[in-house]
Amino acid sequence: MVSLQFRICFIPSHLKLQLPVPRRSLDLKLPPRALSSAIKAATVNGHPGEDAGFLRGTAVPAGLRRESMPRHVAVIMDGNRRWARMRGLPVGSGYEAGVRALRRMVELCCKWGIRVLTVFAFSSDNWFRPKVEVDVLMALFDRGLREELQYLVSADVRISIIGDSTKLFNSLQALLANAMETTSKNSKLHLIVAVNYSGRSDVVQACQKLAVKVKDGVIEPEDINELVVERELGTNCTDFPHPDLLIRTSGELRVSNFLLWQLAHTELYFTNSLWPDFGEDEFLLALSSFQERQRRYGC
Amino acid sequence: MGKQSSNLATQLIEGLCSFLRRCICAILSAGSLPRHVAFIMDGNRRYAKKQGLLEGDGHRVGFTALMNMLKYCYEMNVKYVTVYAFSIENFKRRPDEVQSTMQLIQEKIESLLEKESIVNQYGVRVHFIGNLKLLSKPVRLAAERAMNATAHNSRAMLAICIAYTSTDEITNSVEETCKEKMNELGGNAADSKEPLIDVADVEKHMYMAVAPDPDIIIRSSGETRLSNFLLWQSASSLLYTPRALWPEIRFYHLVRAILDFQRNLASLETKLKQC
Repeated sequence: MVSLQFRICFIPSHLKLQLPVPRRSLDLKLPPRALSSAIKAATVNGHPGEDAGFLRGTAVPAGLRRESMPRHVAVIMDGNRRWARMRGLPVGSGYEAGVRALRRMVELCCKWGIRVLTVFAFSSDNWFRPKVEVDVLMALFDRGLREELQYLVSADVRISIIGDSTKLFNSLQALLANAMETTSKNSKLHLIVAVNYSGRSDVVQACQKLAVKVKDGVIEPEDINELVVERELGTNCTDFPHPDLLIRTSGELRVSNFLLWQLAHTELYFTNSLWPDFGEDEFLLALSSFQERQRRYGC
Repeated sequence: MGKQSSNLATQLIEGLCSFLRRCICAILSAGSLPRHVAFIMDGNRRYAKKQGLLEGDGHRVGFTALMNMLKYCYEMNVKYVTVYAFSIENFKRRPDEVQSTMQLIQEKIESLLEKESIVNQYGVRVHFIGNLKLLSKPVRLAAERAMNATAHNSRAMLAICIAYTSTDEITNSVEETCKEKMNELGGNAADSKEPLIDVADVEKHMYMAVAPDPDIIIRSSGETRLSNFLLWQSASSLLYTPRALWPEIRFYHLVRAILDFQRNLASLETKLKQC
């Protein structure tokens, strides 16, 4: 039995617990490299509650505090294959059930005012799976996106893809580009799908881009600071690149090379539920646990 | 006479505990043991508040807990241990708190150089990992002395992350990688082809290139986040987050982490076979 550390807290709506807001004084003795990052964290993405304006007009579920809702949620959607095996179904059925769970998640995020949802759909390490399975998954991406594009448009969801999409087959690449273009003006929820992605590769491609800029004289190596690096990462498609909450299903207690830089201060939530079974109740548990956390950012 | 028998009793109990630990280590050795364990030593201030101590005393008790955990790790033949002693972000704390923490750190670094210290007992090479230029001169010099004094040790390694954040480490590595690639391209960079950078290029410039990736990251006090610690290196690490505050951490927490590690390894091997 894998040991889990997560807290369940259903806060009845008649109780209003006030979490202390951590003090965020900035020490000007920090080096420019780290100070730039601290300023950015404090003013843009550090405190979801400080800018709860984005939640006005949304229905926050009973028992949760509006001002403490996460702005950016990330998910490692693990357990689709196990879900299928447990039911004696082919692996493809597990992935299809996973797509349905993702759809539910997108709807809940839209309903509850979460601004960014990043999901780990396919890791660059997953190419080592059997070819038949990878082909099923790629076909599912293709079909899923074609079927859901209209929904994304009508729900005001913007979709972005991060990762190295050049390894995907051409028609899927074209479909992804079209989906990003079609939904680029949408603003209710930003759905970021990580396909052929790894956190380390993300840093390496940022380094590659910066090396080219240095070669071209656009920037000096000494001018490379944390903000400069962050602007080159795949998550530069959003103003809120740092997830407040990362959910991993299926009981694995590791981040598996997903969004490494961006997870610096993310609250991690691990659950035994398999991804196809992750629904509203499970999401509420995760959000309740998140709202219990004391986020200090080093203070 | 009373004092003598009390000392004898203490020695007997310590001897018994040591024997029991060796038995448990022998049992755990039947499975794979982690090569590298990293610790986020969280909860010293909360412990002090809980026990009604002065804030700085929580860190002192925390240091004793650290020495115990190092002993247990090295007894278990865990060759690499990394600890998160002080983050760059901790400089944002009250100046008097930062000052007293730095004084304690300097005092404890100097104690590592004593003959009977754990680093000599277990042949531990010490590395201080982080942006050491941010430290005051006395602390930085003490760290450099400790690294020089233990440079010849090779049985085990202790990496103490101080004035460290992972994003600072990665940024430094990116900067060094860019400089290295510019040097390789030569003087006339404008006409050269584009530099090609891979994972190994970035990894070799990491401060933590002195050790393999951690197998387990243990964060005490029940918080489940990495707090800008070893983000690059934690890609495949098992995360274990006991509720105990750092000064309350004990041998059985390490045993529990290793059992989880062994169970996870077995399940990862099963998954690979199913692939």
